[in-house]
Amino acid sequence: MARTPVGPLEYTRRTWMRLTLLATFIFLYAPIVTLVAFSFNDSRRNIVWRGFTLKYYEKALGNSELIEAFVNSLAIALLSTVIATVLGALTALLLWRFRFPFKAGYEGAMALPIVIPEICMGVAMLAFFAKVGWPSGLPWPFSLSAIIIAHVSFSFPFVAVVVRARLAGFNQELAEAAQDLGASEWRVFWDVMVPFMRPGLVAGALLAFTLSLDDFVITFFTSGPDTVTFPVKVYSMVRFSVTPEVNAASTVLILLTVVLTGIALWMQFRQEKDKS
Amino acid sequence: MSTSGAAPIAGNDAPIIEISGLCKRFGSFSAVEDVDLKIGRGEFFALLGPSGCGKTTLLRMLAGLELPSEGTIRIDGQDMSLVPANKRPVNMVFQSYAVFPHMSVLDNVGYGLRIDGVPRDEIRRRAEEALALVKLDGFAARRPDQLSGGQRQRVALARALVKRPKVLLLDEPLSALDAKLREAMRLELVNLQETVGITFVIVTHDQSEALSMAGRIAVMNQGQVQQIAPPAELYEFPSSRFVADFIGSVNMIEGRIESASNGRVRLACPGIATPIEMEHEAAPPVGSTAWVALRPEKIDITKEPTGEADANTVSGMVEEVTYLGETSVYHVRISPDLPLMKVSSANLDRVTRRAFTWEDPVYLSWTATCGVVLER
Repeated sequence: MARTPVGPLEYTRRTWMRLTLLATFIFLYAPIVTLVAFSFNDSRRNIVWRGFTLKYYEKALGNSELIEAFVNSLAIALLSTVIATVLGALTALLLWRFRFPFKAGYEGAMALPIVIPEICMGVAMLAFFAKVGWPSGLPWPFSLSAIIIAHVSFSFPFVAVVVRARLAGFNQELAEAAQDLGASEWRVFWDVMVPFMRPGLVAGALLAFTLSLDDFVITFFTSGPDTVTFPVKVYSMVRFSVTPEVNAASTVLILLTVVLTGIALWMQFRQEKDKS
Repeated sequence: MSTSGAAPIAGNDAPIIEISGLCKRFGSFSAVEDVDLKIGRGEFFALLGPSGCGKTTLLRMLAGLELPSEGTIRIDGQDMSLVPANKRPVNMVFQSYAVFPHMSVLDNVGYGLRIDGVPRDEIRRRAEEALALVKLDGFAARRPDQLSGGQRQRVALARALVKRPKVLLLDEPLSALDAKLREAMRLELVNLQETVGITFVIVTHDQSEALSMAGRIAVMNQGQVQQIAPPAELYEFPSSRFVADFIGSVNMIEGRIESASNGRVRLACPGIATPIEMEHEAAPPVGSTAWVALRPEKIDITKEPTGEADANTVSGMVEEVTYLGETSVYHVRISPDLPLMKVSSANLDRVTRRAFTWEDPVYLSWTATCGVVLER
């Protein structure tokens, strides 16, 4: 049987290419797979496989500090997502609809939190809250306000960028048609603009949610002793020893992030399909 | 820019739309300049012109989507110049149809009524009536992405008609349809207009669309109305070179007035041996420049000279032949200095050999009533 020649674009049939691909995948995913696998390992150390168990999941569930951190994280993620989505959508509308001086400059400045190193953002936030004398020791959930503000500030540009991209495909005649049929500006906004933006809003919100949920650096600088979030708690646990309990907690977080990111991508895909 | 005296305004009441001194400027660019226009009740009126002539801007000012820089718009006797779009008794069919993608067909059609606070069951009844009017019965539950382009247009039509506007505005409504459907839709729009009796104002750049549908047409160029007339008058009696050239195909011959009397004008045209004689009511001053517009189908093409050859006849040579199925167009060189004359003749018989071919010497002739003398 004659072997068909390898075409110029058939990279997957070249051995060196396959090997590179394999190495890349191992490099990227082996640590994660190990982490997930060892969360089921019946051993105190993450070195040798000793059999399957769910006891570290039970242990993680029983760890009240870990659960408290997890609840904090969820509360912060939910609140900051709501605020970031509203703020981001309004920013996108502003940039899409109006022309004003230094618009390009504003658009650039708005996207700055996306590119600024997180460590700088963290230090800046710490300095800011110290300078303004942000009250600490407030009752829950107000104790989380500093972290929420910090999370909104880095996640709303992501929402704005996604919604702005969606709005670029908006047919102005839709709004004009609604107006022509008797709708006021306010009704045009709710009846036509918001439904059109919805896929962008959902995708942006999920993005903001996952960003907030697993943020460590900025949170680390803005959290106090009684406002520990999940990633910060995991970090402090790891400093003593990497136990399967940490693996179990991390696996839960990975699962949550993957599912939410998947939904965000799917919404984005639907939006692309709508446009065509 | 006078409206021809013969222009019929349907109905005997005051016009439904009265535009006077209307201007629209975008910065230093003047999109619409000093337009005066009256549109009668129940008329099918077309705004025709090349792209960028201001016809769409004029329509958008009627809808209230643009506000005029100067001048007034009265709709049914009321000054609407500065009234916002959502408070005007007019509705529009947009070029892209602008069917709301997130609503069902029924919700689309009923949207205007829902805003007016019409009770739910009445919305449903009236929306279904409107859908029946545009032959979309049974499509109420569909979503826009399940419709073809033609069906979406019908939804847009039903949505605009359901509010029973005083005027329906249509912005290039047929431009997105394919050729066959477009022709069918022309007839259907005319029938629909007759059924509902609402004044239709349509914007188009397609002359055959305007000629076949409208009762009257306003030809626009560079923001100004050039002529307002019924289709046949526009074609046979254009008032300017622009209109003659824009509507249909025309041979434009420049000449100098030699004499003008008794409703007849005699012109000497450089490059043509015999003078041209035309019937023309006005008597332009002798010696002034004028143009003769001759439609290709009104010129006779023969092998031998016809009649007395003292006027309105010219000899030439066939340089180009275009076969179009129902007609053939001969491009005849009559002088090295003049553009080719276009002469079309109907292919009445089923023969593949045509009467004239390349390089044939021919004679072109026409009568004094065949063309128009244009002074601008």
